[in-house]
Amino acid sequence: MEEGKRAVSRLCSICSQRRPALKRPKTLEQICRECFYAVFEEEIHRVIMENHLFKAGERIAVAASGGKDSTVLAYVLSELNRRHDYGLDLFLLSVDEGITGYRDDSLETVKRNEIQYGLPLKVVSYKDLYGWTMDEIVKVIGLKNNCTFCGVFRRQALDRGAALLKVDKLVTGHNADDMAETVLLNILRGDIARLSRCTFIMTGEDGPIPRCKPFKYTYEKEIDKYAYFKKLDYFSTECIYSPNAYRGFAREFIKDLERIRPQAILDIIRSGEDFRISSSTRMPDQGTCERCGYISSQKLCKACVLLEGLNRGLPKLGISRAREAINGSEKLDKSGRLPKAEAERPILQSKPCGNLEF
Amino acid sequence: MRLTLEFGGGLDLLCQSVKIHHVDVTPNVENGKLTLRDLLSWVRTSLIKERPEMFMKGDSVRPGILVLVNDCDWELCGGHDTELEEKDVVVFISTLHGG
Repeated sequence: MEEGKRAVSRLCSICSQRRPALKRPKTLEQICRECFYAVFEEEIHRVIMENHLFKAGERIAVAASGGKDSTVLAYVLSELNRRHDYGLDLFLLSVDEGITGYRDDSLETVKRNEIQYGLPLKVVSYKDLYGWTMDEIVKVIGLKNNCTFCGVFRRQALDRGAALLKVDKLVTGHNADDMAETVLLNILRGDIARLSRCTFIMTGEDGPIPRCKPFKYTYEKEIDKYAYFKKLDYFSTECIYSPNAYRGFAREFIKDLERIRPQAILDIIRSGEDFRISSSTRMPDQGTCERCGYISSQKLCKACVLLEGLNRGLPKLGISRAREAINGSEKLDKSGRLPKAEAERPILQSKPCGNLEF
Repeated sequence: MRLTLEFGGGLDLLCQSVKIHHVDVTPNVENGKLTLRDLLSWVRTSLIKERPEMFMKGDSVRPGILVLVNDCDWELCGGHDTELEEKDVVVFISTLHGG
């Protein structure tokens, strides 16, 4: 090799015309920008078609946080909608968790996306829905387990927002790396119920708002490069409360694996898809929450349990086991309810609970 | 060797919130060359003022950080062995955050 410098003497392996600008993370091909855009977009189009994600005339809400995944999702989806005539009515849906210095900035980005992509935006906030911002929650529960609260509340918040927008489906920007991390997390936690569902590209079809993940097989690294080369406008800072999240370990591991063998990410997803649960394993039944009607495998959905804990000044409710959660000797009965005497005690720190009726 | 370094995706926070740095880095005494590997250790000692583990892992950038030399993917240019030239622009972008 002559000078060992930028020896890009080869041409793009797809068009053989232009100079390569990047090595494709998924396939390690050396390709030019234009071909990268083309394969990236067309692969997503194929995933959408092969999995029958949409029907013409549907109203679709794109869950948009202002981050790179959701920005690229909004951009590519509206581009493909035009190019291939999906006939979809697209909207942007954003959740304001009330995290100062993080969410307020990223919301500004989504507002810009609304203008840049011409997609109407709706914002729903934890404050309105639950009466608590994440900042307030963290003050009460500390820096551990915040993500549990936020994740549970956000899932419902998105469904509420989708219902307000009267859309038929929700799309999220979860990518292949996220999927692989989730499979690993569920194995690490022994969560068989979630393991069996987490690789579905579409979930909740029997519920009010199905949600799908067009980026299921899209590498995060490719989303990054796409956003960079296309100069898309997105917000990029880590949530200030996230460094303690358990997912961080799985993420670190996946990133290291990718470096050695990029195919590992897709293989982990494939393993997740092919898992079969032993017929003798007991699986929880899916029903509805007694209080708010949301989907739940217990009598009360997780959001109601967490909210109950916050409003009663029992922040560990729903996080720790029953005995630790409540001072004294009271125990929760099997359905997660406090015994009658405790339930009738005056509520200590109540905040108006948002209307959770569905 | 005069270079322009850009830090994006939140990495600027590790360099006192300055996104663009115009720097002058001394090449290797033996061969007068400067590889990306050399530049990385220079950046770690001279520019990163806090939480170096966010930028580097071992001898390399943390996985999840994109590196581009003159707008070209470093993986194409030779990775760590990429030889830098006068006036090159090296961009580091972190993608380790929610999407």
